[in-house]
Amino acid sequence: MISALRTLGYRTVMLLEHLGHMAAFVGQIGLNALRRPFRFGRLVMEIFDVGVLSLAIVCLSGATVGAVLGLQGYNTLTRFGAEGSLGAVVGLTLVRELGPVFTALLVTGRAGSAMAAEIASMVTTEQLDGLRMMSIDPVDFVVTPKALAMLIVMPMLNVLFILFAFFGGYVIGVELLGVDGGTYVTSLEDAITFEDDVAGTLLKSVVFGLLVGLIATYRGYTAEPTSAGVSAATTGTVVTASVTILIFDYVITALWGV
Amino acid sequence: MRPRLRKSGKKPIVATMRAAPGKRRSVSEVDRIQLEGIHLAFGTRPVYRALDCRFPRGQISVLMGGSGAGKSTLLRLMAGLIRPDQGRIVIAGEDITTLSERDLFRVRERIGMLFQGGALLDAMTVFDNVALPLREHSKLSEADIRAEVERRLAAVGLPDTGGLMPRELSGGMLRRAALARAIVTDPEIVLCDEPFSGLDPLNVRRIEALLIELNRRLGLTLIVTSHHLPSSLRMASQLVFLIDGGAVVGTPQELLASEDTRVREFLEAETAGMPGFQAVPEVAS
Repeated sequence: MISALRTLGYRTVMLLEHLGHMAAFVGQIGLNALRRPFRFGRLVMEIFDVGVLSLAIVCLSGATVGAVLGLQGYNTLTRFGAEGSLGAVVGLTLVRELGPVFTALLVTGRAGSAMAAEIASMVTTEQLDGLRMMSIDPVDFVVTPKALAMLIVMPMLNVLFILFAFFGGYVIGVELLGVDGGTYVTSLEDAITFEDDVAGTLLKSVVFGLLVGLIATYRGYTAEPTSAGVSAATTGTVVTASVTILIFDYVITALWGV
Repeated sequence: MRPRLRKSGKKPIVATMRAAPGKRRSVSEVDRIQLEGIHLAFGTRPVYRALDCRFPRGQISVLMGGSGAGKSTLLRLMAGLIRPDQGRIVIAGEDITTLSERDLFRVRERIGMLFQGGALLDAMTVFDNVALPLREHSKLSEADIRAEVERRLAAVGLPDTGGLMPRELSGGMLRRAALARAIVTDPEIVLCDEPFSGLDPLNVRRIEALLIELNRRLGLTLIVTSHHLPSSLRMASQLVFLIDGGAVVGTPQELLASEDTRVREFLEAETAGMPGFQAVPEVAS
């Protein structure tokens, strides 16, 4: 009994210490983002790495998800003779839910894991210590541009994902299954409002971008300096970020109804 | 008015350009690095037990000892990259064990470090790696930085390699490029972690000559960890043997004649079968 209590106490202390370190890390990134030197060059490079290199996978996945939604939506709606609402179903599902969540999961898998692995391998090869010895703060030089890039890029990729999904749904619903094009677009336009749906999807993607950026950089930065440490940081990023995205998706939906 | 790049080796470039009057100690105040009563353990394994050691200014000190004796760890302690469990590390009159990370950045402007693996940023070219500390901490124009970096790369025997990526360099070239980066801001102290490990004899002599030249020409305080006994004996003014959590310190001659059985055993093991190397003299019991 005493042993179990001791273990519980130790784990609680370790968890609090871990959370404290994470909070300090987040605070440091926030401060670095606001004060000089602003590292625009490095930020642009990171935006390229996270954003441009994720374009293909996000666009392709968006079109595919839209096509599946169009197909499933059509099959379900025809039972009720409501296939004219296909645009609304596809649009609302994508904008409110699937767009931000799918994009965040895809970006976590492609860019978040790469980000964690890159920073962790810099820990292993003493590159971060090399920066410290040059009196350069690695959080400022390496971590902050990466975390900011993730925050900036996530909403943009989300918008692209949704647009390509609209297109995928249109091709399947209108071109293949024969739903009237005008009806599809009109129902989509009527169903989506800016205040609730568009603002909500942007809010979700900003929160997810922030979370993925912080989790990936923190896991990389605190990795053990071994090859197993790099591997653990990468896997840990994907698992932690994916679960966190789903939990926060529920929380945002429940709190704000988006 | 933009500060001018200095040509001779009296004050660090960074200090020349960034120091506010009265904020920094002058170079003459930096007499040595002093470690007092250092205790450090990794988990339950003690590395140092009340280690005391001094490193004189402007001299080459070589840290020796068996694997796991704590040579690299001692360099990392002096660089402020890790902190001891107990004890003081005084650099230029300042105990660095009590400093915040931000204050340590100020101390590290005096220190260059050559890491065992080079620790060059692998996403940057060699030129950008060497230029990085100047771009971060000086107000030199890009043309001045280019000239300074090319001068440093030429000094380490790597002219025309600035455009290469670190992965395109051999082990010896990587070490020399890292040395160029470590000295580009003219630090007062350079810490070198195993600069000879894994190198062929030609590259060992090349790096050894480079370190000796830096020490003689610029008066740098060099602290080198090494397993390479011939090089260590040739270049060291002071040898520091890390044994049993403490340090045995002396000149190479003193330690070669040491009656300490631990030192003798280590030296005998290192020199055994070494062609042309004078064996450790017998000590009368």
